[in-house]
Amino acid sequence: MVKVGITVFPGSNCDRDVYHIFKTKLKTNVSYIKEEKDLKHFDAIIIPGGFTYGDRLRAGVIAAHSSLMDNVKNIADDGIPVLGICNGFQILVESGLLPGALIPNNSLKFVCKWTNIKVTNTKTPFTNQFTQDQIISIPIAHGEGRYMLDNISYSNIKNNNQVTLKYNNENPNGSIDNIAAVCNSKGNIMGMMPHPERASDNELIPKGFSKNAIGIFESLISYINS
Amino acid sequence: MEILNSSEYNYLKNHLNRLPNELEQHIIGAEWSEHCSYKSSKIHIKTLPTSSNIIVKGPGYDAGVIDVGNGHVITVHIESHNHPSAVEPHGGAATGVGGVLRDILSMGTRPIAVLNALRFGEIHNEKNASNLKNQWLLKNVVQGIADYGNCVGIPTVGGEVEFDKSFDNYCLVDVASIGYGKLNHLIKNKIKKNDLIILAGNFTGKDGIHGASFASSDLEEDNRSAIQIPDPFLEKILIEATIEAIEKKCIKSMKDLGGGGLACCLSETASNLEKGFEIELSNIPLKHGDITNSEIMISESQERMLYITSNKRLKKLFKIFDKHNIKYAVIGKVNNNKNISIKKNGILLAKMPAKLIANAPLLNRPSRKPLYFEEIEKSFKEPVAPEDLQNLVMHMISAPNICSKRWIYQQYDHEVGIRTVSKPGFSDASILKLEEGKYIAFTLDGNSKHCYLDPYEGTLGVLAESVSNIICEGGEPIGIVDHLQFGNPENEQIFWTFLECIKAIKYFCEFMKIPIVGGKVSLYNETKYGPIKPSPVIGTLGLIKNTKINRIEPPRSNESIFIIGMTFDEVGGSEYYEYFHKVVGGKVPKVNLASHSKICKSVRRMLNSTWISAIHDCSKGGFIISMLEVSIKNDLGFLIDVNKIPTTCKRIDNTLFSESHSRFIIITKHSSKVEENLIKENITFAKIGVVTENKKCILKENNKIICDLNLSQIDKKYNESISSILKTKQD
Repeated sequence: MVKVGITVFPGSNCDRDVYHIFKTKLKTNVSYIKEEKDLKHFDAIIIPGGFTYGDRLRAGVIAAHSSLMDNVKNIADDGIPVLGICNGFQILVESGLLPGALIPNNSLKFVCKWTNIKVTNTKTPFTNQFTQDQIISIPIAHGEGRYMLDNISYSNIKNNNQVTLKYNNENPNGSIDNIAAVCNSKGNIMGMMPHPERASDNELIPKGFSKNAIGIFESLISYINS
Repeated sequence: MEILNSSEYNYLKNHLNRLPNELEQHIIGAEWSEHCSYKSSKIHIKTLPTSSNIIVKGPGYDAGVIDVGNGHVITVHIESHNHPSAVEPHGGAATGVGGVLRDILSMGTRPIAVLNALRFGEIHNEKNASNLKNQWLLKNVVQGIADYGNCVGIPTVGGEVEFDKSFDNYCLVDVASIGYGKLNHLIKNKIKKNDLIILAGNFTGKDGIHGASFASSDLEEDNRSAIQIPDPFLEKILIEATIEAIEKKCIKSMKDLGGGGLACCLSETASNLEKGFEIELSNIPLKHGDITNSEIMISESQERMLYITSNKRLKKLFKIFDKHNIKYAVIGKVNNNKNISIKKNGILLAKMPAKLIANAPLLNRPSRKPLYFEEIEKSFKEPVAPEDLQNLVMHMISAPNICSKRWIYQQYDHEVGIRTVSKPGFSDASILKLEEGKYIAFTLDGNSKHCYLDPYEGTLGVLAESVSNIICEGGEPIGIVDHLQFGNPENEQIFWTFLECIKAIKYFCEFMKIPIVGGKVSLYNETKYGPIKPSPVIGTLGLIKNTKINRIEPPRSNESIFIIGMTFDEVGGSEYYEYFHKVVGGKVPKVNLASHSKICKSVRRMLNSTWISAIHDCSKGGFIISMLEVSIKNDLGFLIDVNKIPTTCKRIDNTLFSESHSRFIIITKHSSKVEENLIKENITFAKIGVVTENKKCILKENNKIICDLNLSQIDKKYNESISSILKTKQD
């Protein structure tokens, strides 16, 4: 059976939500990772959202330098899929596992709303259940979600097909090229600002939005099973 | 400054049979402040109905507890942080959130949602000298709530905002929270001699000194040491540690430290549990050395919790704290002598009966009907109706009290916790999923304009509106929290308005059989410019067990539009009078409870039968604004014949903008069933129009079109008003 681990840092606050979705909606074997050193028995790691260490210094930066993240890096090197959501994405860029940086939204304000995003790469462990350019509905909630990187790195990730999700029709934070998610060159690590766990219980999806974002987690399970 | 006034000093002296020392006076001063003791209000709020068969704990605790079945409870509490927010809006509002979350936690439940009710002065009137200050307060209060709630990871799911000149240079920041937990995890609060008293979380420092007394007199803006400092990250780990300790049964009793600091927390706990506490001050972890004993006792440093546990469970509790990196110290011991004894290095500094500290001598303040009623009545002239109704509608939809509050709620994480069924701005009440098939609805409401002109009818109206909001979401009202905010109670005329408000709550709750489960009184809401308008804020909780309602298809074109209830000529205190005509006066809407209750029951039945595809109650801005809100939220146009609206108004503007209560707009494709049902139940109603495909909002009077607006135009005005007033970007 698929075994998913969810990291819990002091200040993580979406850990219980992700856990709930895997456990009750996806009937997956899921557990929290708080102190464990050996993560080899996990098939996938989720770094959930929140304000790890109160987002002091910079969002995600303290968790990025924790020993728990060293362990995550080790198994990511072995090709185990790692998904960072929101603060998890911030931790992944701060730890150097993903390129670029996430800076304060161009509005300089926290923004929480439902958005539609486009799947721009369907060949990752996190997006394989979607079709190219499929639109999925999913909420965002962040103050520092403006994805930035220098020109050379940008053309690198573009050429390498590392942009996996893009905001559709609107750009809620000023991210370069409407980027909502990127993966590493190998494709086994992805960071995304939107929250798929908040769009995985149909009762919580507002009228007018589609019910397909759970496909992110289903992709992961399907990838592990194949 | 004298610590106690002479009558309280003498009362204390007589009860102690000796002169109180300075430390004792400071402890008493904090606990006997209006903020902590409710000395002006207690004898009156005691008269409110507080029980029903599902209320586990009513008012008087940190939070009310309601049994929602299946071994689960919800907890609810409301608090305000008005004085601090008026001086330092970001920190004041943020610590307000922190305080109410710890109240929910203290009962043994996890907070699952925050709501806020905010009141500011005018922000749209550039001629008003306080305009920019009011805007500054709004921006920073919202950011304070966002920064705290978002970081702690508890969703801010709803609330309400009101702007009125009487709040110029000031603000009311009310924060309510709901908790959810297991009945058998509720803290038992049974303690024994030699149990240990532990203080955990933040260190104690010089922040928030005299905070309770500061909040118990008219606002002094230069008193900055009374303001508390927020740390949401510490709160988050404190919550996680406490919940683990609750689940592992390591806590016998607990209470959060809020207004009045240790002085209040210790005396109230000891008094409630009928025990004595012996406290050793040198054991209290301090932020800095230069702090006096009195300051330690009354400091309101945030993110602190008091726990009582047995020697046996101590090790387990400390292991949990260590794991979560929470600092703690054993600061005292429980005994049976019912005194609070404060020692430092073993030397006794203060010793008083806990009951004496926790029970301030209550006051029965005199009251007198305010003179302003007569003055307003004398000067009131009915304003002349404007000629261009279409322009009027466009103007009204952008009024700060009416327009969308998207600029505010988009800054709040309202999704974390994955329980938020209804999104802010899209429904009449917030709905949270408790478990499959069970939901809790909660709404906060207030209307200071109505309450100013008629405190009794105004308060009844707020209560009726609050219950209507729950009804619209298919909920059964199960409890109410009341937050009563007034000016200086020593002013007989202000106190009269407070008593009228209490009278209305008592009548409403008894008639509707909905108990009060908690509340708060905040007095002395005054600046040098004068008192606030009477501002009771009502929170109503509803239980929803019917999931069919959520699955109803949204309305389509050609469905019928009905109005239920009578529109009376009651335009006093309306947004139309106050925002457009700048007129204060006139008759405010009255509530007929028998007919309100009948209409609510009927609407609930129709909702349960899934006949209704969209519903909204008529409130601020009257029929036309409510109709436009339905239109915006469902993205549909309408054609309405105004002549069909049942009304006593002789003027069309009054018909459209009267804020009469107990009225609902419904859209249905089961037109004949609805008609049949309403006729059978003898309820006033009319079929007034249809939903149209063309996304135009059209009103007809005597077969002539009097208003013809594009939905997109209205939507833009409605949604972008606040950001354009504040000159900020929407996203």
